[in-house]
Amino acid sequence: MSILVDKNTKIIVQGLTGKTGTFHTEQALAYFGTKMVAGIHPKKGGETWTAGEGAKDAAGTELPIFTSVGEAKEATGATASVIYVPPSGAAAAIEEAIDAGIDLITCITEGIPVSDMVKVKAKLEKSSSRLIGPNCPGVMTPDECKIGIMPGNIFKKGNVGIVSRSGTLTYEAVFQTTNAGLGQTTAVGIGGDPVKGTEFIDMLEMFLADEATKSIIMIGEIGGSAEEDAAQFIKDEAAKGRKKPMVGFIAGVTAPPGRTMGHAGAVVAGGKGDAKSKIAAMESAGIKVSPSPARLGTTLSELLKG
Amino acid sequence: MNIHEYQAKEVLKGYGAPVAEGVAITSADEAEAAAKQLPGPLYVVKSQIHAGGRGKGKFKELGPDAKGGVRLAKSIEDVVSNAREMLGNTLVTKQTGDDGKVVNRLYIEDGADIDRELYLSLLVDRSVGRVAFVASTEGGMDIETVAEEAPDKIITVPIDPVAGVTAADAEKLCSALNLGGAAKVDGMQLFPILYKAFTEKDMSLLEINPLIVMTDGHLRVLDAKVSFDGNALFRHDDIKALRDESEEDAKEIEASKYDLAYVALDGDIGCMVNGAGLAMATMDIIKLYGKEPANFLDVGGGANKEKVTAAFKIITADPNVKGILVNIFGGIMKCDVIAEGVVAAVKDVGLKVPLVVRLEGTNVDLGKKILNESGLAITAADDLDDAAKKIVAAVG
Repeated sequence: MSILVDKNTKIIVQGLTGKTGTFHTEQALAYFGTKMVAGIHPKKGGETWTAGEGAKDAAGTELPIFTSVGEAKEATGATASVIYVPPSGAAAAIEEAIDAGIDLITCITEGIPVSDMVKVKAKLEKSSSRLIGPNCPGVMTPDECKIGIMPGNIFKKGNVGIVSRSGTLTYEAVFQTTNAGLGQTTAVGIGGDPVKGTEFIDMLEMFLADEATKSIIMIGEIGGSAEEDAAQFIKDEAAKGRKKPMVGFIAGVTAPPGRTMGHAGAVVAGGKGDAKSKIAAMESAGIKVSPSPARLGTTLSELLKG
Repeated sequence: MNIHEYQAKEVLKGYGAPVAEGVAITSADEAEAAAKQLPGPLYVVKSQIHAGGRGKGKFKELGPDAKGGVRLAKSIEDVVSNAREMLGNTLVTKQTGDDGKVVNRLYIEDGADIDRELYLSLLVDRSVGRVAFVASTEGGMDIETVAEEAPDKIITVPIDPVAGVTAADAEKLCSALNLGGAAKVDGMQLFPILYKAFTEKDMSLLEINPLIVMTDGHLRVLDAKVSFDGNALFRHDDIKALRDESEEDAKEIEASKYDLAYVALDGDIGCMVNGAGLAMATMDIIKLYGKEPANFLDVGGGANKEKVTAAFKIITADPNVKGILVNIFGGIMKCDVIAEGVVAAVKDVGLKVPLVVRLEGTNVDLGKKILNESGLAITAADDLDDAAKKIVAAVG
C-alpha cells in the first residue's frame, strides 16, 4: 500500500515538450515504467513526443500531445497531472487541470507569484482536485510511481511515510531511511511556498490511515504555523487512539528573523513562525524531534527499537 | 523587494489613498525649496532607509542627546537645520543592526495634527491562503509588541479573492479601528483602495503604522512600509525601477544577478548548498557543533558550472569566512557538475581557508573523483554529520 499514487496511476505532463519536462518524463518512464500517458501543448496537439536515451529501457516510448488537459484526460483516462510550466503560466496550468477534473495535480514550478496562488487556492477549494505544491519535488511511491523530480535511486520500498516542505531534505529523509533498512511507502514534498495546495495535516491523515505505513517522518521549516497545526492534529488523533511512531525535524533554527530563506514561505515574520515554537509543538505532541538533519534515519530506528 | 516610505506613499497616492504632501531630497541645499512647496507651518523631516524604528533611532555621529531619525520642524529654517544634521550621517535603529544605515535621502512632509494613532496592514495570511487586513487601535508601536501584550486588540479580516473587499469587511474594519463620522467615511473608501493596490502591484506586505485620525476627523496614511513579491516583479517594470541597491548588501546583489538565493549572516563558516531546506539545515548543523554560519546560500536545482563558480566567489569575498562547507544532495543537480564548478572556482580565485565538500546523489562517484584528482586541498566528507564536524574542527 501507499498513498496518493501507485503503479496504476496514469499521468499527464503539462509542459512535456520543454527541456525540464522532457528530462523528468524520461526519468519517470525509466523508473519502474511510471505510467506517463500524454503531454499537453496548446499548439502541438496531434504531434507525438518520443522518449530519448534518458528513459533507458523505455527509450523510444511515444506519448501523444493534446491541446488541452480535458482532451488528454478523456483520451487516456489519466487521473493525475504533473506541471513543468514556467512561473508566469503555471497558475493557469493548475487552473486548467482543476477545470478538467484531474484528481491529483502536482506542480513542480518554483517562483509562482503568491497572488496567483491565492486565486488558485480559492478555485481549488470549490473543486474535488488535490494540488501538491507548487515549488515542490513531487510524490513518489518506491518501485511503482515517480511524479516529479526526486532521484529514484535513493528510494527503497518499505514502511516509512515521509512528508516535507523541503525538496533536498526529503531526499535526506529518504536516503537515511533507505540506509537504515526501513524504506518508504510514499514520500511527498508539499512545497516551500506560503500558499500551497496541500498542508501537512492532509498527508498525515493519509499516512495514519495507510496500513502499510508503520512510522512517519515529517520535515518542516520556519515560517507560518502549518507545523503547529500538524502537531495539534497528531495530538488530537493520538487522544482518539490513532497513533504511529513519528520523527520530526525543523530547518531554520539559525535563520535571522525577517529574512526570507530561499523558499518564499521560509521567513520568520512578526515574531511568528520561528523554529523553537514549532519544535516545542511537535515535542508536546509526542513527535521525536531530531536535533540534526543527519540523524533522521537513526532517530527513527532508535524510536522503533524503543 | 523593499522600497522607501516616500516611494510607497507615491504608489498609494496613485490609487487615491490619503497621504500627506511631501518632497524627497538628497542634499540639504534642496531642503528650503522642498519645504516651501508645502503648506506649513508644521513639517516632518523623515530619514529614508529600509529599516523600521527610525523615530527612536540614534545617529552614530551625533551626541546621545541628539534627536532621532524622524523629526518635527516648526519652520522652514528648522527643516533646513535638521536636514543638515541628518543627511550623510548613520542612523542606528533596532532593525539596522549596530552598523546602522547611512541616511542619503530625507522626506520632507506636511505635518499633521494627530488625534489617534491606529495600525493597519495587508499581508498574505497563509493559514487561509488569502490576503488579509490586520487592524488594531494600538497604532504607532510595534505590532509584535501589541501581539504579545494585547493580542485581543488585533483583528484579522481575510478577503475572498473573488468578492474583494465587501461592505461587511469594511464595516468590520471600521469597528475594529473604532472609526466614526468622517473617519468612517474615509475608511470605507480607503480599505478597497489599499486592497486594490496590494493585489494589482503584487505586494507581499503593506503596513500603515500609524494610520491616523486627525483632529479634523479625517484619516491619513502617516507612515507606509511596502514590500513586493519578488516572484511577481517580472510583470511590474514600474515597481522594479523603485529598487534602491544602496540599501542592499553588495554580496546579495551580486548573488541575485546569478539567481542564487543568498543571505549574509554574521558567522565565519561559509556554506554552499542545493535546496532551501537543506541550506537552512546545514546552517543549523554548523551551529549544533558550536560554530556560526556566515551565510545562507541555495544554488538551486538547476545550477551549472558558472553559477557554482559565482557562488564560490561570493562566499570567498566575505572577509569573515574562515572555512567553507559545500553540501550537495544531487537529485536533479549532478555531483560532477558541482565538483567541476568547485574546482574551477578554486583555481580561479584561490583557496585561503579550509574547504570541506560533501556530495551525495546523482553521479556522486564521478564528482568525488573530480575532486580527488584536482590536486586541491579539499577535504571530502562521507555525510552531513561528518561534513559539519570536519569544517568546525578545521576552523577551530
